[in-house]
Amino acid sequence: MTRTNITVRLSDDALALACGADAVAAAFEAHGAKVERVSSWGMHWLEPLAEIDGRGYGPLSPQDVSAVLGGKAGVLDIGMIADHPFLKAQTRLTFARAGKTRPLNLDDYAATDGWKGLEAARKSGPDKTIETVLDSGLRGRGGAGFPAGIKWRTVADTSADQKYIVCNADEGDSATFADRMVMEGDPYMLIEGMAIAGLAVGASKGYVYIRSEYPHAIAKVRAAIDRAAAIIAPFELEVRVGAGSYVCGEETALLNSLEGKRGVVRAKPPLPAHEGLFGKPTVINNVLTLAAIPWIMMHGAKAYADFGMGRSRGTMPIQLAGNIRHGGLYETAFGITLGELVNDIGGGTATGRPVKAVQVGGPLGAYLPPEQFDIPFDYEAFTAKQALIGHAGITVFDDTADMSAMARFAFEFCEVESCGKCTPCRIGATRGRETLDKVAQGKDAAANLSLVLDLCETMEFGSLCAMGGFTPYPARSAIRHWPEDFTTSKVKEAAE
Amino acid sequence: MSEALEDILKRHELCEGPLLPILHDVQNTFGYVSDYHMRMIAAGLNITRAEVWGVVSFYHDFRTEPAGKPVLKLCRAEACKARGVEALVEGAEKAAGSRVRIEPVYCLGLCSGGPAAMTPQGDVHARLDSEKLNQLIGSLS
Ligand SMILES: Cc1cc2nc3c(=O)[nH]c(=O)nc-3n(C[C@H](O)[C@H](O)[C@H](O)COP(=O)(O)O)c2cc1C
Ligand code: FES
Repeated sequence: MTRTNITVRLSDDALALACGADAVAAAFEAHGAKVERVSSWGMHWLEPLAEIDGRGYGPLSPQDVSAVLGGKAGVLDIGMIADHPFLKAQTRLTFARAGKTRPLNLDDYAATDGWKGLEAARKSGPDKTIETVLDSGLRGRGGAGFPAGIKWRTVADTSADQKYIVCNADEGDSATFADRMVMEGDPYMLIEGMAIAGLAVGASKGYVYIRSEYPHAIAKVRAAIDRAAAIIAPFELEVRVGAGSYVCGEETALLNSLEGKRGVVRAKPPLPAHEGLFGKPTVINNVLTLAAIPWIMMHGAKAYADFGMGRSRGTMPIQLAGNIRHGGLYETAFGITLGELVNDIGGGTATGRPVKAVQVGGPLGAYLPPEQFDIPFDYEAFTAKQALIGHAGITVFDDTADMSAMARFAFEFCEVESCGKCTPCRIGATRGRETLDKVAQGKDAAANLSLVLDLCETMEFGSLCAMGGFTPYPARSAIRHWPEDFTTSKVKEAAE
Repeated sequence: MSEALEDILKRHELCEGPLLPILHDVQNTFGYVSDYHMRMIAAGLNITRAEVWGVVSFYHDFRTEPAGKPVLKLCRAEACKARGVEALVEGAEKAAGSRVRIEPVYCLGLCSGGPAAMTPQGDVHARLDSEKLNQLIGSLS
């Protein structure tokens, strides 16, 4: 018998939509069910994932709907969602509402501790708020890991007639989608975090700079700002849309872009905290940095700092992507190892083949072989291995990956996206790609490979920003760990 | 000046740093940013044409000529490569022919479910294989 009068909860996150969630929603409605659109749980391999009275069904296609409603879902029935091992082992502070609330519903937000952080900040005042952020140990989640509290303190201490809060929502790194999930799934949390930042440093205006590749996030954040305007007043927020430039994620390029200029990197100093947007003191933080603030203000600095290891405090929303069986969002305290993430939680590759490499930290991050899977998720531990956490995206590759092609792509990407201001990055990227092409063709392979390594050094130490400065990381790590991909087979192929 | 363009400029009169929002609106309205548009924007904002051109030419999103056909953005970034997008490219080009343009994009934030693509309307598609991708290309008009 088909049940009616039931409520089905389905995500309207872009990943769910891309996997056909709208058609599944329509099928449920056609069967007389009421459909509520919520945020995504972040178990992406199960999307579209429907929830009925706490039970999960996925991944669904429209044809599965009658079986689900008829109680014959079979393997698509994943049991109670909250008990799913992928979720149970997580520590969700930033993603506490994921899967549970309707993204734009203000009642849902208020009922799940929404605006409590802002209330706390209003009560304790700017000084105490900054102190709390400092003591929490929160470091910037955009890549560089700079302590958020110090940045805020600097802006607070700089006097000016106008200050700004800028949210870096450019999320250009491949394998990252946590910013997108916050904006699409819990936009009020980001807005609350920005309002707290405004209050703390004395800024009355904020901008959210969102990449144009994220139309769903743009729409959600715009709608959320409209609805929350009275709550965050006198603080004002506006969305600005990027225009397809990766380097505009670099903070000074982003500021230039907001000002209506070419997205060229600025030399530092002056720091944006002193002279940022339109020359005014500016806090620029990543989405996840700002989104962590409400929780910290509500629960206190110590509660946050109690999670983590070393100088990496709190939790990190890690993104499992690429050729991985259980891809999605995994928020956990710092300290978890790469191996646990890839093999235990991620379930290895989606293709079932052995893991060959993982790239951590997006296009500027190093490739790591399984031999390094004991490395803990910690800023300093990664730096020690000439790798970076970046925005905590992990891309898994199976043994069919050609690492010389990936090294070449690192240069190619830099060539396409370099802002062109400094020579090592602008010219180095092109020369790096050309020289690797020669290696692949077997032309003087050994000499050319050492030329590439030499070039990497020039780019690393001579570039103005991490675009040229970190492009050597993926290239060099690929050469170091998989030298065979750069020699024998390639040379043999060329000879045939 | 065309009324639509005048409207766009007027809408951004109070905006700080209005050039990118204006260019987005122009491209959304007219499909591209023409030489004429650039001249009018420069006059409206009291900046030089060179400055406007500098900005238009810097960003991948802005085109100075009509696309002439639907553009499908196919993600070619690392996570989609790891999930096999490169093997789909040749077939996609063939299916697209001269009717659809396939452009690379570097990440759509769907990296756990690639290969991924976005249509001109902003609809997103994931878990593409050659059959689904060809079907998607065929559906564009
Ligand atoms: C080429 C390049 C791209 C970057 N892209 C981003 C990005 O997409 N999102 C982001 O938050 N930070 C990005 N960053 C880092 C920013 O420059 C900056 O460190 C960050 O916005 C500071 O915020 P946080 O302290 O909260 O991390 C990028 C840096 C470089 C060099
Ligand atoms: S890498 Fe293709 S969507 Fe992110």
